[in-house]
This record gives sequence, structure tokens and C-alpha cells, in this order.
Amino acid sequence: MVSKSPLNPVALVGQALFYGLFAVIIGYFSTSPAYRHLAPDMALIKLSYSHHGQPVTECRKRTAEELAKLAPNMRAPMACPRERSPVTVEIELDGKPLHKSVTPPSGLSRDGTATTYQRVEVPAGEHTLSVKMNDSVRHEGYNYVREEKLVLKPAQIVVIDFSADKGGIFFAQ
Amino acid sequence: MSAIESVRLSGLALLQRVERFFDAFFGAAANPWRHLGALGFYFVWIALATGIYLFIILDTGIEDIHTSIEYYTHQQWWLGGVIRSLHRYAADGLVLAMLLHLARELLYGRYHSFRWYSWITGVPVIWLVYASGIGGYWLVWDQLGLFSAVASAEWFDWLPIFSDPAARNFQPGILNDRFFSLLVFLHIGIPLLLLLALWVHIQRVSQSDVFPSRALGFGTLGMLLALALVKPTVSHGKAELTSLPELLHIDWYYLFIHPLMYFTSPAGLWALAGLATLLLLALPLLPHPRQPPLAVVNPPNCNGCRRCFVDCPYGAIAMTPHPDKPGHELAQVIPELCASCGICAGACPSSTPFRSVDTLLTGIDMPQQPVGALREEMERKIAALAGPVKIAVFGCGCAADVRRLQGADTAVLNLMCTGLLPPSFVEYALRGGADGVLVSGCREGSCAYRFGTRWTEERLAGRREPHLRPTVPAERLRIHWADGHEMSSLKAALEEFRQNLQSFGADEKRLRPYTPRRIAQHG
Repeated sequence: MVSKSPLNPVALVGQALFYGLFAVIIGYFSTSPAYRHLAPDMALIKLSYSHHGQPVTECRKRTAEELAKLAPNMRAPMACPRERSPVTVEIELDGKPLHKSVTPPSGLSRDGTATTYQRVEVPAGEHTLSVKMNDSVRHEGYNYVREEKLVLKPAQIVVIDFSADKGGIFFAQ
Repeated sequence: MSAIESVRLSGLALLQRVERFFDAFFGAAANPWRHLGALGFYFVWIALATGIYLFIILDTGIEDIHTSIEYYTHQQWWLGGVIRSLHRYAADGLVLAMLLHLARELLYGRYHSFRWYSWITGVPVIWLVYASGIGGYWLVWDQLGLFSAVASAEWFDWLPIFSDPAARNFQPGILNDRFFSLLVFLHIGIPLLLLLALWVHIQRVSQSDVFPSRALGFGTLGMLLALALVKPTVSHGKAELTSLPELLHIDWYYLFIHPLMYFTSPAGLWALAGLATLLLLALPLLPHPRQPPLAVVNPPNCNGCRRCFVDCPYGAIAMTPHPDKPGHELAQVIPELCASCGICAGACPSSTPFRSVDTLLTGIDMPQQPVGALREEMERKIAALAGPVKIAVFGCGCAADVRRLQGADTAVLNLMCTGLLPPSFVEYALRGGADGVLVSGCREGSCAYRFGTRWTEERLAGRREPHLRPTVPAERLRIHWADGHEMSSLKAALEEFRQNLQSFGADEKRLRPYTPRRIAQHG
């Protein structure tokens, strides 16, 4: 470098002050101001599932003629449609509608899972949470229902999920 | 002048005042404003060095990670805690230095013409710095890390790239230890990519400023250490997948994007980030002044000495085998790298005005300001000087406007960059009739072409080739660096120099006059 740092007392005090200011700027914004993600006395309900809807039509047994036309290695006795039903979910909180969505199956052939992830902020306190789900176009109304009384603490998170292994709709909290 | 250009120039004048103010305390070499890029690199080095230690002692398991971090934060605060804080604050300092570096280069107008490459390659660096830093917060796996991970996942879920929403991973019963191995892998892999991007970013500058001066380095490290001791980095509570803390002490340097997303929407944040990125990428494409003609090599006058090759701030000179002289080399200009600064012409030993040829041709020259024309201009202007103290002023077109100093007793030669000045011109001016020579240009660290100021000062001080001969009396040479807004300071320096010269006797500290044979013979 061409120049050198001045070493006189005024320069050194000035350097110390500016380094101090630098430290204050780095230190302050590394933790402040505090951020409040949820308003006080609010809780969060998340609707999050990844679920295969039911096939849009029933599987049917192939006739002997149909099986004969197929290659020997493709002669599955049942013919099932690839397309899956969309998944409809309706959530009510204390009897009032909170959320309703229809999630189509993924994939070009509409044969993948229907997935969703939604957040709804609700007041903390005691609530009746009711979730209804339909995953089959062949079924009128909702084929899965779960209703539960919950006491939500401020900033609590409740996840509404679906797992056939767990008996359908369940609340993770 | 457009309104945007007017704002840029006003901002530049303000920035240069700030830089000059800091020069008084730090000196240009340790002035953080003048070395923001080097400071950014320095923060990367600190983060990497401290990160190695943290990696060694970190337990990567869903239960262990928070516990191990808490252990070395509190029980081993004197080593692990300090290193963790250094890691964190160096990462914060990196963002600050990076954004200020970006703003500074923007204000100096350094984003188009030959600089397009450095500008464009700097844009991915911003993304990689943020990706590296945000991933580091997840690794701590406290409530803040969980919040950041979920917010980031929700942001990416807006893009149709995942079959299942990534945010679903942060639900009870889904996470496992392998997730943390992935996080460690990412927090090492992305910073390595960042290093690669930084290497690409500085490819078109020679002698890159990747380490700050010793004074700035020690000062910055001391500052970080003091901050680590006064305000040690601590974690939030252990991550709970079923609750959020009421208040999050977020690191605004990195995590501001999360509140911004919740204030707008994931799509809104993508739009803002995409727009900012596109704007930065598009800046070099906007209409700008045309770049002046490039340096031209004159093979008969190039002896392959390599001085231009060494001094070029952008690595735009290559040395190739001389086509006519076996065993010799010849300078070759790489057009896409040349900045048209003329520093190469100032470095060429053939640029000396003492050569007796009628037409001075040098080894490498600038078509818009050839060294031969500069000699003629200097001879003409010095010959026309009148008054008790005649001064020749060499200035820089990017710094304080020396043309405003022109007068009956002052000959002004305005160069494209002071680095174009061959030092022998100073002696030539003094022996040709000038009582003193004032050399001006951008302040150190402000030079539009990086090394114009530094090389000139080193050449005139005899520390760099081609050097000013030591027989030239130092009292008759004055160097005064002045940025664009420092005209009054330059005028004052000229007056003070004139008075100083006036105090000398007629022959005191004066070189023997020299009249070139071609002038003596032809007039």
C-alpha cells in the first residue's frame, strides 16, 4: 500500500470509535429489533397432507377376451383406472367455516398424490376443531371426519394431517 | 444528464467525502470504505476458519445438535463460545461489507464496459452468501432455526419444484438425524460454491484485493473479538415443532426475508428477489458512454520488458513470443479485458520524452492520448509559460479537474489516468523550463483504474519501474491526490507549492536545463 495508518493519538481514538460503531451496527441488527411472528394470543393451524385420492372409478375384473388380447406378462386380472380423485377438505372452527379447499391429484395422468400446505392463524383458547375430507368422487359427502375439542395456547401450532395408518385425519400438536 | 445519473453523482460526492473523512483516521490503506471487497473476503476467511472448529465439535442429531451447541456456547464459552460468535458476526459483517461494496461500485459507475464481467459474476455471489448464512441458522436447530427453515421451505414451496411441500418435513414425527447430516453437507457445500463464485468474480482483476492491510485486518478482528466477548451469540430455546416463541431475535442481515415474506407473500418475495436480481443483471446492458479506444502495441518499440504486463490492473496484457526477434517477447493487448486506462503506457520504458526521435512512439500507447502528443503538448505549454514561478500540472480526468488550474504561469496536462504519466516526464518538464511539477489524481482507493494512484506514487518515489531518477529534487515535485469534489484543496495545494518554490534561490535545487536536439536544431 502507498499510505500507512496514522498512528497519532487522535487517529487511534478515532479508529477505536469507528470500529466500535461498526461493532454496534453488526451486533445490534444481528438480534434486534425482535420480530413477533404471530400476534399475541394467536395460535396457528396448519393443514398439511400428501394423500392419494381414491381411483375415479371402481376396479373391474377383466374378461377372458380382454386378457387374451394382452401380452402374457400384462395379464393382470383387475383393470384399475390411473386417475385419482381430488381431495376436498373443509375445516370448521367452533362451527364456523375456517377453510375449504379442493386439491387435484398431481401428475400428467392425474395419478399422483394430492398435496397441500396451508396456514391459518386463529385465536388461542378453547375451540372445537372439525375437519372433513372427501377423497373419492364416487362418494357423496365426506368420507373422513374428525372433530375434537382443543385448548390452543398462544403461539401453539396444530397440524392437521392425514394418514391411513393412523385412521385417517389426525391432529399433531 | 439524466436524473438517475445526477443522483449517482451526488451520492458519489457524498461517498467520497465520507471516504476522505475516514482517511484522516485510518489512512487510505486501512480505510474500510476503500477496501470493502477485501473486507468481505476477510469475513469469509474468518467464517471459514471458525467454521472448521465448529464442524469438528458439532453433534449432528435431532437431539444432539442443540445440546452440543449449547455446551460450547456456555460451558466452553472461552473457546467454543467465542469462536461461535466470531463465526456469526463475521457472517453478518460479510453481508454488510458485500452490500456496501455493491453500493460503492454502483455509485462509482463501475458496472459497465470492461467491468461487466465482475459485475455480473457478483450477482450469484449475493445469492450464495444468503444461502450459506441462512443454512447456518437452520443448523443451530433452535426455535429461530426452525422458524427460518419452515419459512424458507414455505417460500420454495411456491415454486412448482417439489412433489410434496418441503414445509411438510417440519412436522412432528417426520424429521430424523439424516436431515441434520444434509444440513451440515449443505452448510459446507454452499460456502465452497461461494468460494468458487468469488474466485470467478475476481478473475478479471490482477492482484486482487482479497486480504485487507494488516492494520485493517487486525482492527477488524479485534472489533469482532470485542463484540464476541461483550455480546456472545446465544441460541433461542430448543426447536419445538408444535409451538413458536412469542418473540424471535432474528438476524436482520440474513433473515429479513422471512418477515418480508409474511408481510407480502411467497410470490411477492420471489417477485422482489427476482426483480432485484434482474435489475442488477441488466445494469451493464443499459446505455452507457462508449469505452475509449484500447491500448495499442507498437512492436518495433516494444522490447518485451513486461512492465506493462505487471502493471496492468486488469490482466489485459499477455506476453507472446516476438515474431521477428527470437528469444524476445512482445506485449499483446487482450481487447475484452482492456480498460483503456493508459497505465501500460506509463509503465513503458520507451515512453521517456528524452528520446531524440522527432516523433515519439512508445511500445504500448493510447490512441486517444499518445505519449508523443503528450510530449508535444507539454513542450508547447511550458514554452508558453510566463511569470516568476512556472508550474507544470499533471492531472487525471477522473479526479479533481486540473484544467481549472490553467493559467499564464501554470501548464496543465490532463491525463486519462495519472498512471499514464511516465515518470521521466516530470524531469523533462523541470529541465524544459518548469520550476515545479504538481502531480494530481484520484485518492488512493478511489482510482477509477485501481492502481493508477499507487503505481504513480511508487514510480515517482523510486520504488517501481520505470522510476523517477533520484537526481530530480524532491522539493520541486509535489503530489496532491484530490477526488472530484476536492477542487479547492487542489487549488490550495498549488498555491502553497508555488509559494514554496518562490522561496528557493534562482538556481537552488534546480536541474540543468535541457533542450532536445530536435528543438535546438529546428526550433
